[in-house]
Amino acid sequence: MTALLLIEQTLNGLQLGVMLFLMSAGLTLVFGIMNLINLAHGSLFMVGAYCAALFLEWTGSFVLAALLALPATLLVGLIIEIVVLRTLYERDHLDQVLATSGLILFFNEALHLVGGAEALYLDLPPFLKGQVKIIPGSPYPLYRLVVIAVGLAVALGLYLLVTRTRTGMLIRAGASNRTMLSALGVNVRLLFTAVFGLGAMLAGLGGVMAGPIVSVQSGMGENVLILAFVVIVIGGIGSIRGAFIAALLIGLIDTMGRAFMADLMGLVMSHTAAQTAGPTIASMLIYLLMAGVLFFRPQGLFPPRGR
Amino acid sequence: MERIVTIAVLIALAAVPLLASVFDAPFYLDLFGRVMIYAIAAISLNLIMGYGGMVSFGHAAFLGLGGYAVGILAKEGIDSGFVQWPLAIGSCALFALLTGLVVLRTSGAYFIMITLAFAQMLFFLFTSLAEYGGDDGLTIWTRSDFAGLIDLNDGASFYYLIFALLLACLGISARLIDSRFGMVLRGAKANERRMQAIGFPTFRYKLAAYTISGAMCGLAGALLANQAEFVGPSVLHWSRSGEILVMVVLGGMGGVAGPVLGAATYLLLSYFLADLTKHWAIIMGPLLILVVLFARGGLLGLLSGRRAKTDAP
Repeated sequence: MTALLLIEQTLNGLQLGVMLFLMSAGLTLVFGIMNLINLAHGSLFMVGAYCAALFLEWTGSFVLAALLALPATLLVGLIIEIVVLRTLYERDHLDQVLATSGLILFFNEALHLVGGAEALYLDLPPFLKGQVKIIPGSPYPLYRLVVIAVGLAVALGLYLLVTRTRTGMLIRAGASNRTMLSALGVNVRLLFTAVFGLGAMLAGLGGVMAGPIVSVQSGMGENVLILAFVVIVIGGIGSIRGAFIAALLIGLIDTMGRAFMADLMGLVMSHTAAQTAGPTIASMLIYLLMAGVLFFRPQGLFPPRGR
Repeated sequence: MERIVTIAVLIALAAVPLLASVFDAPFYLDLFGRVMIYAIAAISLNLIMGYGGMVSFGHAAFLGLGGYAVGILAKEGIDSGFVQWPLAIGSCALFALLTGLVVLRTSGAYFIMITLAFAQMLFFLFTSLAEYGGDDGLTIWTRSDFAGLIDLNDGASFYYLIFALLLACLGISARLIDSRFGMVLRGAKANERRMQAIGFPTFRYKLAAYTISGAMCGLAGALLANQAEFVGPSVLHWSRSGEILVMVVLGGMGGVAGPVLGAATYLLLSYFLADLTKHWAIIMGPLLILVVLFARGGLLGLLSGRRAKTDAP
């Protein structure tokens, strides 16, 4: 029984992990290359989910809606970049935090207007609805496995893009030394717009995939955003590899903590005390980890080389 | 110019109870009381951010901690303000001192992130305190009792108490900034290494400033809990920290009075916009972006026609 639960929770953790990775990948690159704190990244996650929900209403096809939602999010991302963020690169972090929190206010309310006050639900098509028996006797939702698979595939694709292509080389170079890169004649602005668009699309994909699991509502991106910040700080700002490992780590720790912390603590203290303290500690766990990492290794666990 | 504006704003605030009673609109006592409470929180943040260059993205943690100190004591039957308020301020000072030991080792973007992390920890701590309301928060049935000295249930007395505390906080922060302590703090903001080179242990100074700031914000928290007769996790949600940041920047970080202006403008603007339309955030958001992009010194900077210093943290 416990072994089953363990497998199930590991899968849940992985699923949260890949979702966080989709969010963090864009965030870490934007932060790493242009030194921009973009709080509105969570809004892109939300935009992705809303677009999917609205397109699903129009087209009736989940796959089509998901495929349309990605370019739509990309477009929104590019508009944000050109209209607001471009002016912010040269500003300090404080200005960036403020302006992008203004964006959050705007998007939360705008989508509220577009989508209505009620939460929207993304219905899965029949072929994604089933349950899979991973090991005999323990059904697990197929869709969550699909999420994990898509997430891992995207991670692999990003890895190949970053390590094997010329664009990837420029991205890595930008993350380790932006000034030098632009001195070498690379159009860093253009590179950044591209990277931001990519990041926006990934966040959108995260939103689309989260849609059927959580309800689609205004403000849904914010919790994920905070978690994504934890991920990129732990992983090392600017590092895709770090973001990947940290995302899985955070996903697993958070899920496992919530599932088992109370029982674990029950081993060393009274049952009732463990039942009250367990969930509290579990929800603080990742922030404790973040504070610890910042304290002992401020550059993160896997900082980009050359820093 | 700054002095004139400050005095004008303070006189206006002092006149609110009179006007509220003339026009029989006690609601405005509440509104402007809240403005002043947030002004105190913003002053406390300005102390470390405007003068020390420490951009805290978790200042609402102190607001919440101070509020919960009052709320929890009230629930346990301890109503005396003489116990509640010192404990609220003290616990915030202690929390600031302990977390300060960790957060002050970082700077820049990392400082922003780690203050956020600590605030989130407290947020989840209070969310899971089922005994004290958990998610739903804690209703405070009786306001702090000051043994007949001052009655917080009387709107005007409570209002003037907040007003007096606001003046005190303004005074304290003005005195601090001009003292040797404040000089070191500002020096450390401009060039920390140089300050260390001429022999100042800047870490200690920054830690002291961080602790004072936390304690002051704790006072605001205690006031807020009393005024709302409620404290909940929403008080220390990260968006609340963002709001306090906005107030400071909106008012302008260059001067002592900036946060007061900022808090008043932000709260009154969102109040009137909310009155105008349910979807006030759709106006407030872009407005915020415009202020950041084009009015860099904040309102104070606009008024006095100078650009406040907003060096990179």
